[in-house]
Amino acid sequence: MVIDTAARPLVRSEADTSERRERAWHVLRGVNDPEVPVISVVDLGIVRGVDIDHVGELVVAVTPTYSGCPATEAIEATIVAALDAAGLGPTRIRMQRAPAWTSDWISAAGRARLRDYGIAPPGPVDRERAMPLRFVARAPEPLACPRCASTNTERLAAFGATACKALWRCLACGEPFEHFKPI
Amino acid sequence: MPASITVSSHPSVQYLLRIGDTCLIYAQRLGEWSGHAPIVEEDIALTNMALDLIGQARALLTRAGSLEAELGGEAHDEDQLAFLRDERDFRNCTVVELPRGDFAVTMLRNCALAIFLKLLWERLADSSDAEVAAIAGKAVKEARYHHEHAAGWVVRLGDGSAESAARSKAALELLWPYFAEIFEDDVVDDAALASGLGPRWSALADAWRAEFGAVLAAAKLEPPVARAFRSTGKSGKHSEHLGFVLAEMQTLQRTYPGGVW
Repeated sequence: MVIDTAARPLVRSEADTSERRERAWHVLRGVNDPEVPVISVVDLGIVRGVDIDHVGELVVAVTPTYSGCPATEAIEATIVAALDAAGLGPTRIRMQRAPAWTSDWISAAGRARLRDYGIAPPGPVDRERAMPLRFVARAPEPLACPRCASTNTERLAAFGATACKALWRCLACGEPFEHFKPI
Repeated sequence: MPASITVSSHPSVQYLLRIGDTCLIYAQRLGEWSGHAPIVEEDIALTNMALDLIGQARALLTRAGSLEAELGGEAHDEDQLAFLRDERDFRNCTVVELPRGDFAVTMLRNCALAIFLKLLWERLADSSDAEVAAIAGKAVKEARYHHEHAAGWVVRLGDGSAESAARSKAALELLWPYFAEIFEDDVVDDAALASGLGPRWSALADAWRAEFGAVLAAAKLEPPVARAFRSTGKSGKHSEHLGFVLAEMQTLQRTYPGGVW
């Protein structure tokens, strides 16, 4: 393979590098999660960094929400395609497991969009306190219905249509809704 | 049919395979509930838990395979390790390969396993292997959720109707002899402790007994008496059930080598 160093110089100026990274972040803010298509990968908190390596490749550090999240590969492919389409490539994804993703990393704007979409956003995760073990008669924190805002709600199922969500029901307006699990 | 691979016998690789295979085979068993659980919410719950376990297994098998190369051997990827090993080279605890049984067996096993894995992930978060520590940091959150969910069901069934209580008691009698294997150490545990890779599994026994015992007490179930029987899946000598699991799990890759979709 012939590497055209004139077209893609190995040494870039500081300003070029910084501008390319800024533009990459801008593009990423428009790349939505495929399972929850109203929240961007940046607002979801799974993009952990954007860097340019020594050969000029854009390296996007991505962390998975759940170990077995089947959307991981699709998200990575979408990110690469979006950055390449914006002329910011070549791009590669670096899987970054640590520190483990927490729902606390979802931005305020992301939370608002989840609510508007009908998904109750997660409450804060208290990492210092061990999760209390409840047996039957669970009484989780009161959760507001994303449609009518009533807190007269109940959990129908601990697991939902995707790894990151549980299923709830509003007893005031009668509508079922999803809850983005706090982890 | 592609030839089976041979995996490094290095204790660090074996230690990771024990965890990865336990997650993988158990996920395969939980997946059998897809479309068969008594209510749709549990159908979704069981397959969601299987998905978490598959994710954990993929990460651990990937790390085990790269470690083989770092130790001077041949590298293997997650697919080769999952699909091209023979039964004797699987290192899962025997209890996860037992047939899925009824809902009581499934929930009691889920609860016991989730508590064990939670305790193990908590310790592995301090592993000397940075990748293993990172995998554990994520997995421990998932195991906690599985623990909570399964414990709720164990109590509902054990302290439920006469039928569910009798089924729970029978399930516990069936599973109990197989739990002992999990906490019996050998040279693989010694090496993991020495290298800082992870704890001896016997070191988790007291905490496991306390946490699982608390759930059983709430479920009005008595821990059965200890028996001399020991299963030996962690050293590759399995029950008659694993072969059937592997036949189903491996058939596509064995028939269409390298097939992807």
